[in-house]
Amino acid sequence: MEILVSILIGVMTASAVYLLLRARIFPVVLGLSLLGYAVNILLFASGRLQLDSAPLVEHGLAQLPDPLPQALVLTAIVIGFGMTAFLVVLALRALHELGDDHMDGGDRP
Amino acid sequence: MLSLLVCVPFAGALLISSSASRLRVQPAWLAGLTVMLGLALLLTQGLPVYGGEVLLERREWMATIGLSLAFRLDGLGLLFAQLILGIGLLVVLYARYYLSTAEGGPRFYAYLLLFMGAMLGLVLSENLLQMLMFWELTSLTSFLLIGFRRRDAAARQGARLALMITGAGGLALLAAVILMGQVVGSYELSMVLQSGQTIENHRLYPVIMTLFLLGVATKSAQFPFHFWLPHAMSAPTPVSAYLHSATMVKAGIFLLGRFFPVLAGTDLWFYSVSSMGLVTLLLGAYFALFQHDIKGLLAYSTISHLGLITLLFGLGTPLGEIAAIFHILNHAVFKASLFMAAGIIDHETGSRDMRRINGLFRFMPYTALLAMVAAAAMAGVPLLNGFLSKEMFFSETLGLRWLSEAEWHWLFPWAATLAGVFAVAYSLRFIHDVFFNGEPRDLARTPHEPPRWMKFPVEVLVVLCLAVGTLPNITVRPLLEVAATAVLQQPLPEFSLSIWHGFTTPFIMSLVALSGGVLLYSGRQWLFAAQDRFPLRLSGKTIVERLINRLFDLGHWIDAALDNRSLRRYSLFLLVSALAMGVVAFWGQPLAGSGARTASDPGTLLGGLLLGSGALATALMHRNRLVAVLMLGLVGLMTSLLFARFSAPDLALTQLLVEIVTVILLLLAMFYLPQATPDESGWSRGSRDAALGVLAGAGVATLCYAMLTSSADSISAFHLAESKPGGGGTNVVNVILVDFRAFDTLGEITVLGIAAVGILAMLTGLVLRGPQQDWLSRPWFSDPHPLILVTVSRLLLPIALLVATFLFLRGHNEPGGGFIAGLVTGVALILQYIAEGSRATHARLPWNHLGLIGAGILIVLFTGVVSWLFGYPLLTSTYSYVSLPLIGTFELASAMLFDLGVYLAVVGTVLLILAGIGRLSLQENST
Amino acid sequence: MNHLVVLPVLIPLLAGALLLLTARAGKTVERSIGLLATTAMLVTALALLSQVSAGELMVYYSGNWPAPYGIVLVADRLSALMLSLAALLALASLLYAISGEDRLGPRFHVLFQMQLLGINGAFLTGDLFNLFVFFEILLIASYALQLHGGGRARVRAALHIVVLNLLGSAIFLVAVGAIYAATGTLNLADLAAKVTTAGPGQTGLLRAGGLLLLVVFALKAALVPLGFWLPPAYASANAAAAALFAIMTKVGVYAILRVHGLVFGPDAGATASLLSPWLLPIGLLTVLVATLGVLASRDLRRLLAHLVVLSAGTLILTLGLNSEAATSAALYYALNSTLVGGGLFLLADLIARERGEAQTRLDCEQAVARPALLGTLFFLGAIGVAGLPPLAGFAAKLYILQSAYLHTAASWVFSAILLSGLLVIIALSRAGSALFWRTGDTDGLLRTPAGLLPAAATTLLLSGTAALMLGGGTVTAFTQATAAQLADRTAYIDAVMSNQAVVPSPQRKGGY
Repeated sequence: MEILVSILIGVMTASAVYLLLRARIFPVVLGLSLLGYAVNILLFASGRLQLDSAPLVEHGLAQLPDPLPQALVLTAIVIGFGMTAFLVVLALRALHELGDDHMDGGDRP
Repeated sequence: MLSLLVCVPFAGALLISSSASRLRVQPAWLAGLTVMLGLALLLTQGLPVYGGEVLLERREWMATIGLSLAFRLDGLGLLFAQLILGIGLLVVLYARYYLSTAEGGPRFYAYLLLFMGAMLGLVLSENLLQMLMFWELTSLTSFLLIGFRRRDAAARQGARLALMITGAGGLALLAAVILMGQVVGSYELSMVLQSGQTIENHRLYPVIMTLFLLGVATKSAQFPFHFWLPHAMSAPTPVSAYLHSATMVKAGIFLLGRFFPVLAGTDLWFYSVSSMGLVTLLLGAYFALFQHDIKGLLAYSTISHLGLITLLFGLGTPLGEIAAIFHILNHAVFKASLFMAAGIIDHETGSRDMRRINGLFRFMPYTALLAMVAAAAMAGVPLLNGFLSKEMFFSETLGLRWLSEAEWHWLFPWAATLAGVFAVAYSLRFIHDVFFNGEPRDLARTPHEPPRWMKFPVEVLVVLCLAVGTLPNITVRPLLEVAATAVLQQPLPEFSLSIWHGFTTPFIMSLVALSGGVLLYSGRQWLFAAQDRFPLRLSGKTIVERLINRLFDLGHWIDAALDNRSLRRYSLFLLVSALAMGVVAFWGQPLAGSGARTASDPGTLLGGLLLGSGALATALMHRNRLVAVLMLGLVGLMTSLLFARFSAPDLALTQLLVEIVTVILLLLAMFYLPQATPDESGWSRGSRDAALGVLAGAGVATLCYAMLTSSADSISAFHLAESKPGGGGTNVVNVILVDFRAFDTLGEITVLGIAAVGILAMLTGLVLRGPQQDWLSRPWFSDPHPLILVTVSRLLLPIALLVATFLFLRGHNEPGGGFIAGLVTGVALILQYIAEGSRATHARLPWNHLGLIGAGILIVLFTGVVSWLFGYPLLTSTYSYVSLPLIGTFELASAMLFDLGVYLAVVGTVLLILAGIGRLSLQENST
Repeated sequence: MNHLVVLPVLIPLLAGALLLLTARAGKTVERSIGLLATTAMLVTALALLSQVSAGELMVYYSGNWPAPYGIVLVADRLSALMLSLAALLALASLLYAISGEDRLGPRFHVLFQMQLLGINGAFLTGDLFNLFVFFEILLIASYALQLHGGGRARVRAALHIVVLNLLGSAIFLVAVGAIYAATGTLNLADLAAKVTTAGPGQTGLLRAGGLLLLVVFALKAALVPLGFWLPPAYASANAAAAALFAIMTKVGVYAILRVHGLVFGPDAGATASLLSPWLLPIGLLTVLVATLGVLASRDLRRLLAHLVVLSAGTLILTLGLNSEAATSAALYYALNSTLVGGGLFLLADLIARERGEAQTRLDCEQAVARPALLGTLFFLGAIGVAGLPPLAGFAAKLYILQSAYLHTAASWVFSAILLSGLLVIIALSRAGSALFWRTGDTDGLLRTPAGLLPAAATTLLLSGTAALMLGGGTVTAFTQATAAQLADRTAYIDAVMSNQAVVPSPQRKGGY
């Protein structure tokens, strides 16, 4: 499992990085969200992997996954959402101000 | 009292610049009074110094760096202070008549007084760091004075050149002083003066010397830094008379004297200082002769005389040092008067070109007489002060014989005489060319004697030349002795100031110089012709200016080379740095820890396969945007499943909902953005990025593996244990969010709020035109509000809200909570917007979204602050149990109120963002 | 339980929330709320400063949970100092903004308060992930402030900084994950205690976490090679925002000083002094590149932006000397460069307003309406930023050089500081002479002076550096004490982990 998850995160990061280095806003946005997923899983993974259980304590404390990374990831997801939304609207604004959706748009060198 | 003395000029400057215009009084008078006050203070203070006392005065300032407010009045300081204030007074008087009322405003006198204060502080400093401050201040204020005529390009360039050179020297000096202070362990002059041995034996002594001499040479216009001085002549003549006779350029010389006991006496000192002085002496004298501008001639002669003084200090002999100090005094006196005379001539004739102004004797005999006496003093004619110090100089160059290790000692007498010859020649030219030698040519106006008081300062100075030249023992000896003692820091050797020592070698040298000078001048036509045949192309100014321009070009070049203003470059740098750091971190470290592994199963493998291929597809098909978004959606979906698989239900839910909202967002945005991405990255760039991606992926994968296999027990055991008893909830993740780490959540919803505000700001006044058909040129669906969707959404809304409430209430114990509930509500409402259009929906749900967010944050804050009333810190939770029909018994925790705040903030944000973007199209329709 | 510690976070948050609710209340209400909050912030910061000056570490346990389980705020000398600096800078910027700039776009005051919220939080928090959260707050606020007023240049710059910082945030999270995986904790004090006993399996993760954090903080501090986003952004941002941003790079430096200084200190086991090989060279390079940038600038605003980078580089360079004296010198330098930097950005805007379409370009002749006033302010600002007497920049330079004296790289530091100083002087004298002397005959057409309030705000900041010089004895004594406190890690760890300030509560186990 550990290997599988690591590879998955690797693949997601690789795709994300490739998208991040595109010239247009839209792929960059895609890349950032993709990177967001990868990083969230990574952060989640800092609490190790645990199958068939949930951080709910009514059934006693045995075999519970580490809840702290989950909380952190939750926060990260929310913040990430806010940032993505901001970036998307900024992209629209840029389209309006600079005339195209190039990252270095307008009178670029 | 000394500090008061130093403050006087600054106070005067402040007074003038602030109030002169309102007081309706001539700023010149204010300045004059200020200087007189200073002079009075100095003379009263200075008396004990003649008795050999040294006045010290010290206040702590910044003990940590050894900077104290400390002043010291000894012989050397007294000599210089008298020059600064005395000549300063004359200059003020002179300027009062020289400058037009337009120029002679408050600004000029304020600058002049500032400079005066800086000079005074410099020569009266006991603390070296404080001395540095005043040193730099003289550079700054002289920059203002030289550039006083801002409209004149030459003045601006001259000022900037001077600032550049002296500024550079200042920094070198700064380094030197810091090293000295660190070596000695104190920045108080008294301490440093006693530590000569320590410094000269220290390994850093050569460094210190070099830096120190850089400071001296730049300020006192020593070769090869002399060239800024002639360009500084574009300053108003009173400024030149002040800066370049008595003060600014003497500052470096002053340092030579000040640090004589500390640095002098070594071979390094002898060779470097004396050779520097010698070259400057000859060079200045030579070029002075070929200047056609009177002020230019005086400037170069100043350079030459400064070289002479430096040379005397460099010899390192007590008598040489006495001669140096004597010449400082004499040169200040006659050079100031000469500059003033030159100013008068410029003022009366409107020209300074010696090829045009001739035969002025007829027009201004009295001024001519004064100028001639001063020039004679400069030439070293007997019965004038210049003669005495020059003869001492000659005898010192001869006395050098004792210095046997200097095998080139014979050079000095000859060089000295040669310089004397040139000095006589250029002085003669000044006299003959200007006042005789035919008639003036095409002058602006016919010259005549200047007003009475304009001549007065010159008279005073010329009288001084005579007095010193005839009765040296009465007039200057006392001052000279205290000054010399202060420099030597030991009793003086015997020396005589008499005019006649008999037919000694020095006297013969003087005679040779005089006669040689006359000969040289008489043969000047031939000389000038020769000079014109070999003109010097390369002046120091042009070199420096080229250097600086190269530097600016280099700046442009490198700036452009590094920073191409392209985000891809920036991102590349960031990614590569991160990757490099990762590699460095793991270099030589084990990659996998000893943690337990979990076995994999086909289901998860399949999901992983989908996830991975979805990610790859997003990258590979990114140019077709709709497909890419769908692929991204797939990735998000699989991610949430992955969370579910690995026992994180809350994450799974949140991820799913956020995914939905994000996809809606992207689809909305795509409506306006271009439908496809043009292929702008060539093969090479594409493959480079792909390669980087693979590397980054590998790096992150490795890191992830190391994380997953590392075995460290975490603090979350506490959270699990305390969740129920302490936090009152069984869903530990939720309890962490609303209780253990509620502070994070507070920040998190604030981020949402700010994002919303920012988005609102960006949306205002934003008008975009959406395409009429999609990228396959199919028209967009015509019916804006399809019936089915409307009905479905109408049905859906209450259900969704019920679900939301349910999720919200159980959130503390089961997967769910304010954030998830908020997203559900948000999505449901957005469906309404899509179905019925935002106008209709808005009519039915008329809240202000920002207000919703604000209210949410306030509720969270409120729940946080309430705990203060019970003496607990912010965000301390409590709970109790209540039962409701339908939902059953559940406990009501203060954390739930907190969660309510979160809920509101989230709903507000989601609605604001999505509805906001959706409404863009309305604006478009309405426009 | 002393709530003073949390006020610097609560005040701007409350103000921000109120400003959200009073959407339609009009400018006067907004402005008064903003001014009130910012003034309150300054007062709180100063109160905090006086409280911690005795050397006490004030720890605030949010949610009354003991460390390391909850989130703690820690106020020590450093935090209080930075908070006061930020508040002062903010007050001046706000005063400038309400002279009209806040009308350029909607919701300026909310964003301004939120920006302060992020900055103050970053200065106070003692928790790694919470630091991330506050970074995000100050970042998103800064994006919006950067955009305030709109226009091509701002939008393009904003686009760049948003993407870069999102990338940076991702790296931050990776670092947090690595560190958590290695130690299982997020509380900085607890981390500092745990790294000393980290096993060989954890070392790699810890190093990775620490070095990746360096990348993140270097991005904020605009160090080479991650600083190229800054000049276009700061040069295009509106004056009040740009002035406030003068402290943002310092937030990055602060984070390095706090996190790495505390967690990866000289006694941190296998990861001891993790950064010592990096800071000095990075600082030198940054100084070099920034100086060239200063020379290359043809516009005053861009020149000032490069000066901001230069100051960040100098700071890192000095911290790289890692000695207490150097840290103290760096802090003193930071105070001065922040105030002067902010003041100069305000001044640049004043000049631009009075020069009209010539703006702050250095290649065209156009006089300002009040050459005497603005010229003097510029002269003072230039002196302050170039490190010339009689302003504090000079003392800071002396202090840095003295602290470098015994270091093996002393010659490098001396050359870098002195040469960059000289080149800055040259560039500024060029700029000044272009703006105030080479004005052709345009003095004739006088533009309308930009009013008194903005000039006053500018003067406030520039006079700050004079105060730093006059009170230099006190200030340097304080920075010295601060450096000593930072060097004493055990005191910090004990203060946080002792959990003395946690209030006993019946509901909770273990007496909490």
